Amino acid sequence: MESLKKVSGKPELLLSTQHSLCPGCGEPLALRTILELVTELELRDRTICVCGIGCYTAFPGIIDVDVLQALHGRAPSVATGAKRVLPDRFVFTLQGDGDMVSEGLQEIVHSAARGEKFTAVLLNNGVFGETGGHMTTTSVLGQRTKTTMATGRVAEQHGWPIRIADVIAQLDGSVYVARGGMHTPAAIAWTKRILREAFQVQLAGTGFSFVEILTMCPTDWYVDATETPDWIERNFTPTYPLRILKSP
Amino acid sequence: MTRVLMEGSHAVAEAAIQAGCRFYAGYPITPSTEILEYMSYRMPQVGGVCMNAESEIEAINMVWGAAGCGVRAMIASTGQGISLMQEALAEMANAELPCVVVNMKRGQGDYFQATRGGGHGDYRHLVLAPHTVQEAVDLVQLGFHLADRWRNPVDVLGDFVLSHTSEAVAFRPLDERDLPPKTWAATGARGRPAHNVTPLGAPEKLRLNPGSHFAAIAAKLPRIAAAEKRCETGFLDDAEVAVVAFGSPARFVKYAVHVCRERGMRVGWIRPITLWPFPDETVAAAAAGLRAVAVFEQNAGQMIDDVRLAVLGRVPIVEIGGISHDHSGFGVGPALEPEHIIARITDVYRGQAAA
Repeated sequence: MESLKKVSGKPELLLSTQHSLCPGCGEPLALRTILELVTELELRDRTICVCGIGCYTAFPGIIDVDVLQALHGRAPSVATGAKRVLPDRFVFTLQGDGDMVSEGLQEIVHSAARGEKFTAVLLNNGVFGETGGHMTTTSVLGQRTKTTMATGRVAEQHGWPIRIADVIAQLDGSVYVARGGMHTPAAIAWTKRILREAFQVQLAGTGFSFVEILTMCPTDWYVDATETPDWIERNFTPTYPLRILKSP
Repeated sequence: MTRVLMEGSHAVAEAAIQAGCRFYAGYPITPSTEILEYMSYRMPQVGGVCMNAESEIEAINMVWGAAGCGVRAMIASTGQGISLMQEALAEMANAELPCVVVNMKRGQGDYFQATRGGGHGDYRHLVLAPHTVQEAVDLVQLGFHLADRWRNPVDVLGDFVLSHTSEAVAFRPLDERDLPPKTWAATGARGRPAHNVTPLGAPEKLRLNPGSHFAAIAAKLPRIAAAEKRCETGFLDDAEVAVVAFGSPARFVKYAVHVCRERGMRVGWIRPITLWPFPDETVAAAAAGLRAVAVFEQNAGQMIDDVRLAVLGRVPIVEIGGISHDHSGFGVGPALEPEHIIARITDVYRGQAAA
């Protein structure tokens, strides 16, 4: 066995591999990527995660960093209070698209405009996963959800999706804005790179940093888990291309 | 002790600073705006943070973040703004986050909002109702203490009159050595296991158990109620009628009772200082030998429900207040005229007012 080298394992900051999210979900992959970076950057002892409300709200109980649980939509405001009173701590928010872009649009936009020095992470799967697959602001045109079942999302009826990363990038208070995804090994590696850059912006204290991560939701997209990478490439990346929208 | 002349809103803000408050978030709204103005220049002087937030919802959630990190935090608004904050104000009680919430109300229509909780779920805020600027200073300082002791938001109910009245005040620091350190706060888990500060309760064996957490919160409420009731009374020894009033109008009532005494009427007053927990035993004991209890409040009748619950039908209860505004709607109206109050009390005393 000595010849075997461990190349992968449970992140040390994950206290349990038991979580209640669906097989094939992209959110645990995003969490893993974030926790690996917190360890690699030696931030565990000064990290405060501000967690929104969604499927990922199952995570705080199994991660070994301090957590402030926020209400739906309000994580950027809670993170503002935390980072302003403890400016030397490393503060990041975790929100889904329903949480951030539907309910909490005001909070995220103003926090970015104020140049708050925390990192906001958006886990974007284009549905309200926890409630069972309803349309959010970021559902793409044509997307079938529980509330757009017959027609898919139709612009005339349901409006257009908001590309929040593009909105944030337009604001003078944002310093770093990028979009990644969890659907392929290459996308995960890319996302780890942009998360690292975002975290480094926070550590440098120069302004607001923002990372959007496209995550798979086989349950509420009504596709087999193995088909979700293709689904993202066909349906999501045309609206939400993986790229750095703004960097110092 | 040095006393300084200060407007009520500024005095409340300074009392918070003196109590160690180092985070304030607010959104302008009359008549609480002067607190935000004061904090905007005073907080930086003491190394604190004042946020001119973009909405009441953002403001209270910023307070949530600061309080969750263990920092004393305050917010102020008036009833309408407090309404917008209710989701957070309810859940902060579940998250056991201490903070002080000042409501410079317009009149007294926010009694139910404060004492019943305007939000969802089983929770209470402690509610303190000062009637002078000095008392507001003292109760803000006490409010921070009680918030930390019980790990629960504390509301301080002022109003337009209190906010804009200037009086000489002294700042008297509390002895707070008995307060436990905030070992629950989220500060970065240096040298300790991680904290999860959440309205769902900290995980037990890596699993959330909201039911047992909510039950623990509910079990805390009777302990607060038993320990924290506060009330002031006057002229009750030989009284035949007592007037119950809180906040600024209680000051007018005290004057009116004084005048009634001079006119030969055996009248007293009862002033609840805590509205939750309501000082029901004091009210019940005071009412025992009376012909009638009169309730003066500047609303359509809200605290009168708590008076009725305390008295339980043993004595007739008469509403002598009412909604009373000037053209601005800020809650300063003709019902506060001393002669008006005196006349209403006199009617009750002479048995000419219907219960």
